[in-house]
Amino acid sequence: MLAAAIRRLAQALFVMFGISVLVFLIFVATPGADPAARIAGRNASPETLAAVRHDFGLDRPLPVQYAVLMRRLFVTRDLMSFVNRGQQVIPTIAEAAPVTLSLVAGAGVLWVIGSLVVGLVAAATRGSVLDRLLMILGLIGISMPVFWLAEVVNLFTQSRWHDTWLFSWVPPLGYQPLTTNPLGWFKALVIPWITLSILFIGLYGRVLRASLIEAYEEDYIRTARAKGLSERRVLLRHALRTSLITFVSLFGLDFGALVGGGAVLTEVVFGLHGVGKLTYDALLNLDLPLIMATVLYASFFVVAASAVVDIGYAWLDPRVRLGR
Amino acid sequence: MEVRDLAIAFRTEAGLVRVVDNVSFSVAEREIVGIVGESGSGKTLSLLAVIGLIQDPNAVITGSLRYKGRELIGLAPRRLHRIRGREIAMIFQDPMTALTPVYTIGWHIVEQIRAHADISRRAARRRAIELLGEVGLPDPARQADRYPHQLSGGQRQRALIAIALSCNPSLLIADEPTTALDVTVQVQILRLLERLRRDFGSAVVLITHDMGVVAELADRVMVMYAGRIVECGTREDVFRQPGHPYTWGLMRSIPPLHGAKPRRLAAIPGSPPSPAERPAGCPFRPRCIFRHAPCLDQPALYARGGQEIACFLIPEGSDPEHATPAVDAA
Amino acid sequence: MRRLGRDRAAMAALVLLCLIVLACLLAPVYAARIAHSDPFQSNVGGEVVIGGDSVPVLQPETGGLGLGVTPIGPTWHGAFLLGADMQGRDLAARLLYGGRNSLMIAAGASAICLVLSAIVGIVAGYFGGIVDAILARLLDVLWAFPVYLLAISLSIVLINSRLRIGPVTIASDSLLLPMLILGIVNVPYVARPVRGQVLSLKESDFVLAAIALGVPNRRILARDLLPNVASTLIVFAPLMLALNVMAEAALSFLSIGVQPPVASWGTIIQDGQNLIYTRPLVAIVPGLAIVLTVIALNVLGDGLRDALDPRAKIRVRAG
Repeated sequence: MLAAAIRRLAQALFVMFGISVLVFLIFVATPGADPAARIAGRNASPETLAAVRHDFGLDRPLPVQYAVLMRRLFVTRDLMSFVNRGQQVIPTIAEAAPVTLSLVAGAGVLWVIGSLVVGLVAAATRGSVLDRLLMILGLIGISMPVFWLAEVVNLFTQSRWHDTWLFSWVPPLGYQPLTTNPLGWFKALVIPWITLSILFIGLYGRVLRASLIEAYEEDYIRTARAKGLSERRVLLRHALRTSLITFVSLFGLDFGALVGGGAVLTEVVFGLHGVGKLTYDALLNLDLPLIMATVLYASFFVVAASAVVDIGYAWLDPRVRLGR
Repeated sequence: MEVRDLAIAFRTEAGLVRVVDNVSFSVAEREIVGIVGESGSGKTLSLLAVIGLIQDPNAVITGSLRYKGRELIGLAPRRLHRIRGREIAMIFQDPMTALTPVYTIGWHIVEQIRAHADISRRAARRRAIELLGEVGLPDPARQADRYPHQLSGGQRQRALIAIALSCNPSLLIADEPTTALDVTVQVQILRLLERLRRDFGSAVVLITHDMGVVAELADRVMVMYAGRIVECGTREDVFRQPGHPYTWGLMRSIPPLHGAKPRRLAAIPGSPPSPAERPAGCPFRPRCIFRHAPCLDQPALYARGGQEIACFLIPEGSDPEHATPAVDAA
Repeated sequence: MRRLGRDRAAMAALVLLCLIVLACLLAPVYAARIAHSDPFQSNVGGEVVIGGDSVPVLQPETGGLGLGVTPIGPTWHGAFLLGADMQGRDLAARLLYGGRNSLMIAAGASAICLVLSAIVGIVAGYFGGIVDAILARLLDVLWAFPVYLLAISLSIVLINSRLRIGPVTIASDSLLLPMLILGIVNVPYVARPVRGQVLSLKESDFVLAAIALGVPNRRILARDLLPNVASTLIVFAPLMLALNVMAEAALSFLSIGVQPPVASWGTIIQDGQNLIYTRPLVAIVPGLAIVLTVIALNVLGDGLRDALDPRAKIRVRAG
């Protein structure tokens, strides 16, 4: 058990290392990314450029530069942005993290509840009008680009219907910290939560329904019915329980990716300065230190989510846990 | 239980296809009835209809199924749930996939018990362990906490029987309970089924394609072919004096224990028709070596002593032992 | 194929898709004959005739501060059918041109992805050994890389510097860039299942028999493996297309996909961002186009999957 855990850890670290190297190489090779020119400002003289380069260690060989970046990020923790002078990378990420976390956690709760309801109802009433309606809604849900939906939603909540009782409580776009203004925090996030979760409810609702219908074909459902159990119990305790295994695995991976910054589109349109937006801005500005930090942040969560999902899988499925 | 004129048909694109037709039989208390037939003969479907497990919305089930005087066909689902598991239990062919893999065996038994009676979890668990012991599982307390995939095929089948018995049903339907198991394990399971009658007072309907199993265990035997009953009688009668050419052919194909070894196994040529391709008249006619003119009609079940046989030879006073093969037979 | 033909929903979707593609292909005709305008040229000072009066395309803002200009709304006539954008360009014409680009990029990216995945998956699965080990590791690392990050990174990098492969240079505003990036980024997701399928096919009886009989590898690959893999890929195709349409729109929305003045549905939505409260159609309409296309692709994909699924839908239990 322990050996396997250590191996997984080593694997995870290797993957993160690989990703960071890959990103480093991509950006270092970009001509427009020459940090020295950006730091020194435009029309800097060649001497200034050389001096800046030397100061920031940009004239050293690539592996050394990489090592320096890593050291400043993890050991001394004073890594600074190349673009915004004086901006410390780690505090910047620390500030953006709660925003993303709030957005993603709330949306996650909505999406899990939503897709469970949709999937269960659709599978239970299979073939009926309700089932078909739910599936069509789900189809529409996954076909709408999230940023477009966000724009349309904004149109109505901020502008067109803002004065009606329906949306008058919607605050202007932006984030309000939980600790200083809980109600404001909630009000600012409700619409983004709903918008972000629609896509996932559509997706997971359909997946769950398909999974449940497949489970229904299994022999153990026939046995459960032969036991004389009510149809509802058969659905919930037998079919759902086995379908949950896949559901939870998929959820874990998607959620992990979102926490690491995958909700960039939603964040941009709703004016929430979260990690996704931070990553995007860093990439646009070709700000190498910030890029490295945010990419590592994102890949950490992806890798961690993968590990958690594996553990969760073993916990949920005794065949994996106690395999013969 | 009394079944009368049970017919099961399915609506398909090609019209209504009758899979089971005109099936009537009865099972008395503490009786073991064997139902024999090849795959596709409709034996499983008939019994699935008894406890209402045919989920296909395209199925049309007609006839009468009386259990302890109550009509089961058309019974409200809620009432049917109470009978299923409690009064009539069913176990299926493949023990490997028959149990929801995420729950322990003990949990399964407890679920069944508590679904039909108001018992505390602890009491139910005690009963579960008791049952596991009675079906012959060693160290039942530990087995109760194991998961289905941790047991061998034979053990799993025993566990399934334990689950089926947990509410003391009066009727147990066993669908090919030994087909998926090794021969040595088969014997043990059969012994167990026999004990059921003695110790639990249950009647058993045993569905199988294995004549040997039937010979071991059944009081009465019913032979099905192409969705119909072709022969029905006590074990001795059917085995010693088969009245229907199909049964007769089956008996002949079993190699003798003593005497000369036959050069070839006598098999019945051809194969059973699929439900859509059943010929008009006697369904066995294409393969029957005694076929003659009347066989173009559907034979009724003619009585001969205690047996009932669906073959025109009987009212003609003949039977497969004494009839002459038809001229055009192979 | 016949089963697919009987699936009414899928057929309807197919028809819709054909209509969309046709409309987009006819973009130049529309622009020239009906809209009478060049959708790529800035038309800030232009005028249009409505009901006999000549009206400037960009009009002074009436509400709010009275500063700035706002483009005219839908005229529901030939010229400026759906209104104009901030640069005075005909929205409807741009929509069709943009659709052409979006669909072309999505199609190209999907084709690249499927072909590459097939090659990688088959090579890794069939030849095994070192080749497989290396490829599998590579796929693992790529798979762990958050897709959006990879796409965004590559886009930004390649837009800043042109892509040079040997003698071929791809300019940073070429449509080939997003096509290539989207094509490559999704390869791990498709190559893995393909590899898995090849691995299990390799163990199947008919392949083992062919190997035992000494059939050359090439023939085994072509005769036995390719058809099976091809049907998997065919099922993937519409879904890939849908994914790529959405991905291209996202990249263009973030200004790192198609570069202006070339239009795609994503860039038009981006254009419409600032106009969302005043002229919402600019942002809404391309989104609707995307929604329709993606829904149609999904329905088609579902239909294909059902039609090609060898498992019969009705299970008749024997006995």
